[in-house]
Amino acid sequence: MKRRLMHRAAVLLAAAALAACSATPAPPGEKKASDNKVAVPLPGPLDPGTDDNPYPSTYRPLPAQATAIVHATVLTATGEQIDDGTVVMVDGRIAAVGDASTAVPLGARVIDGRGKWVTPGIIDAHSHLGVYPSPGVASRQDGNEWTNPNTAGVWAEHSIWPQDPAFQRARAGGVTTLLILPGSANLFGGRSVTVKNVPAVTTAAMKFPGAPYSLKMACGENPKRTYGTKGISPMTNMGNVLGYRKGWLDAVRYAHKWDVYRAKLADGESADPPDRDFGLDTLAGVLAGRILVQNHCYRADEMATMLDVADEFGYRITMFHHAVEAYKVAPLLAKRGVCSAIWAERSGTKMEAIDGIGANAALLQRAGACVVIHSDDTTLIQRLNQETAIAMGAGARAGIPVTRAQAIAWITANPARALGIAEQTGTLERSKMADVVLWSGDPFSSYTLAEQVFIDGALVYDRHERRFQPRSDFELGQPGAGEFHP
Amino acid sequence: MNSTLRDAAIAAALSCLSALTHAASARDGETAGPLAIINARLETITRGTIESGTLLMANGRIVALGGAAVDVPRGARIIDAHGGTVTPGLIACSTNLAIAEINQLAETRDDAGGTRISAAFDVQYGVNAWSPQIPVARESGVTHAVLSPLVGTAEPFDDEEEHAALQGGGENAGAYNALFAGQAAMLRLDASPLPVMRARIAMTLDLGQAGAQHGGGSRAASIILVKAALADARHYARFRASYDRGATRTYGLPTFDLEALIPVVEGRTPLLVRVSRAADIRQALALAREENLRLILEDAQEAWLVADEIAAAKVPVLIDPQDDLPRSFEVLAARLDNAARLQRAGVTIAIKGSRNFNSLRPIRLNAGVAVAYGLSRDEALRAITLNPARIWGIANRTGSLEVGKDADVVVWSGDPLEAQSYTRNVIVGGVEQTTPSRRLQLQERYGRPDDGYPPAYH
Repeated sequence: MKRRLMHRAAVLLAAAALAACSATPAPPGEKKASDNKVAVPLPGPLDPGTDDNPYPSTYRPLPAQATAIVHATVLTATGEQIDDGTVVMVDGRIAAVGDASTAVPLGARVIDGRGKWVTPGIIDAHSHLGVYPSPGVASRQDGNEWTNPNTAGVWAEHSIWPQDPAFQRARAGGVTTLLILPGSANLFGGRSVTVKNVPAVTTAAMKFPGAPYSLKMACGENPKRTYGTKGISPMTNMGNVLGYRKGWLDAVRYAHKWDVYRAKLADGESADPPDRDFGLDTLAGVLAGRILVQNHCYRADEMATMLDVADEFGYRITMFHHAVEAYKVAPLLAKRGVCSAIWAERSGTKMEAIDGIGANAALLQRAGACVVIHSDDTTLIQRLNQETAIAMGAGARAGIPVTRAQAIAWITANPARALGIAEQTGTLERSKMADVVLWSGDPFSSYTLAEQVFIDGALVYDRHERRFQPRSDFELGQPGAGEFHP
Repeated sequence: MNSTLRDAAIAAALSCLSALTHAASARDGETAGPLAIINARLETITRGTIESGTLLMANGRIVALGGAAVDVPRGARIIDAHGGTVTPGLIACSTNLAIAEINQLAETRDDAGGTRISAAFDVQYGVNAWSPQIPVARESGVTHAVLSPLVGTAEPFDDEEEHAALQGGGENAGAYNALFAGQAAMLRLDASPLPVMRARIAMTLDLGQAGAQHGGGSRAASIILVKAALADARHYARFRASYDRGATRTYGLPTFDLEALIPVVEGRTPLLVRVSRAADIRQALALAREENLRLILEDAQEAWLVADEIAAAKVPVLIDPQDDLPRSFEVLAARLDNAARLQRAGVTIAIKGSRNFNSLRPIRLNAGVAVAYGLSRDEALRAITLNPARIWGIANRTGSLEVGKDADVVVWSGDPLEAQSYTRNVIVGGVEQTTPSRRLQLQERYGRPDDGYPPAYH
């Protein structure tokens, strides 16, 4: 409500103030003599620049106390493994990380980490929790708005069911942050949202404060299968690319119209505002560099094509998802600084996945490319550490050993980078958010479990204490009662 | 009947069904020369672990095993395990290996009988001995796989979450017009042109939510239809001659389906029932009791709620220990310690991997996870070797490292239940299987230094 009032109060200022958001300078045009008309203020919602955060995060960290984990093996995700290490969390932040000599603040809860390991909280860069929740009933299939190949205007956060019991399972697997995306039925699937994995009644209360939005795009078989079978474009891969280009062309035109409009206002001219379009807002946000691109793309040749599309329209692809063939273009991906979100060895679920190999991650790592192990799966999300171990094993078999200190980044620091939140989380470094997992042992072992999970320094899961094993509303009074482990 | 007697009975019953294929698969072993694995940690399954052990194989069988004192004959090929672990070959207890290649390509799917045939559907005729998935399975340590059919029309089950849903409501969605899914087979992953070791090892049936769909929408209806079909099979077995003269009543299923159900109603072939909800598991147990059937349960996510009843009925269970989500209303009580609880109650369990070898969630990793949630490591290893061998009636031939058993042996780089470990040698019937999978060939092709020629030249 307050926000809305502010919109109306600020309309006179809006155009001028937000002209700063525009990406391209207004083209030089002939200046007309200012016609002394007073501009009728543009109501806020008609102006895409008025409020680029209309659904803000209401996340508040859970109550935390100063905590120190001592005598543990620490993987910082900055490439370091500290034996007999100490991790100190104060006021929701990492206060110190170091060896056994690290000072523990007075009054801090001290956890004996002997025999245990500490890592940053796991970040799943590809999830549909909440939008394809459990149970998977027809009335809760909220992840794919498959009514049009371009649904850039939908936002995944408006589909999330926060009571999805899968959030609890993922947390028990050490997952503290997730990117929840729309599905891949469409060329432009809509906006993704980054959430903190805390139990909440509203989605807004899970939203990662300050995380940038991402646009979900999809290559290949899914869009053309979804639409081609209905006789609607895209029916082919070339139809897919035409669809992307049309979408971006519209976005460039849209951004340009607003630039021209704002330039005119700034010059004191009168001008008719362009029609606002929610889909084009998102695409224009990508062109302006405010919104990241998460591109579902299996095949190496398609990744190369998408990089050309990005160059043609002047945007950046942050990460290819399900990039099972990334290893074939590893040097290209390294050079372009594009991450690859992959499974360890899944392949052949469909034709475009037929060339998936276990050494994908290791080959990418060797080429200097950014590797992210993702789930896209409600079971796998609970074991991203062991999925990583499978990829490490395949690397070792291929003669490309990857250390634990390196591999932990695949599920922490690297996805943080790909979600645009690397400044806040993803590594154990001083002043970062205290998103931390204490493991019962080597996190890459089958036998290891997360014992305690901290988000912003607050204990959000404890394997041995019922009080810290939250259950969703859905599970109360049901068989099993939401208790999924001993 | 105790389990040994039952195993023997199963083995006896099945061996006559599959005499032909059995002979074919034994042939490779007979050509295998002596082979010794030395410096190995031998996990025998039945007789504990032998450190620094030697395993000797000849003529396709294990002929000796023990400490360093085992004599290796001159001329034997020697594999030095360098301290690595050796286990019996793993047994994938319910898969679509070699009867399905790529999920979304119907032309590569032979794992469901369609709508015109149900109980009679027999997966053995669709097996592709040249399936590129066989080397993949071997590389994951699997030497035997049970091929169990799906009911009705094979729906693409994409492992991408969103796409399972995109198909319209979960993995069991689809037009299930058939009652029984058909007959399973046992594959032995040697290089034989006829890898089917045993055919018709079970009749497959879906109960619960999926089963309700072919009973007109209710679980209760599907139980009635199953019982009616079994009654028809008994009647047909008894009055076949009258039927041929046109002098008997009509049946609810075609006679080719009834024919396939006769060994089931006679208790010779087990009924493999896919069922999840505790209440439905009870119905399956009651059905088996009333109809005198031998039962194997698969999935059984809520089995822990009725573990004692399953144990009392001596019914084995094939489970996925990672299955912990309330992904449908029939698995609301799914738990990560289902395996441990069933084992403690005295139920024989076998641990599944992912059904399909493309979306490899390895059997051995699932076994490791079961250990994390309370199953002993020994029992976990048993649940992917000897237990499935017993359940499927091949424990006389494989499933443990014992003198006289088939030389189905895997050398691992480390603990086989650890994800970072991998197979170094896979031996089936005394013959090392060396055909690299497509995966390894692609890895080799793209892992080599660039010499200016495109990868296609390498």
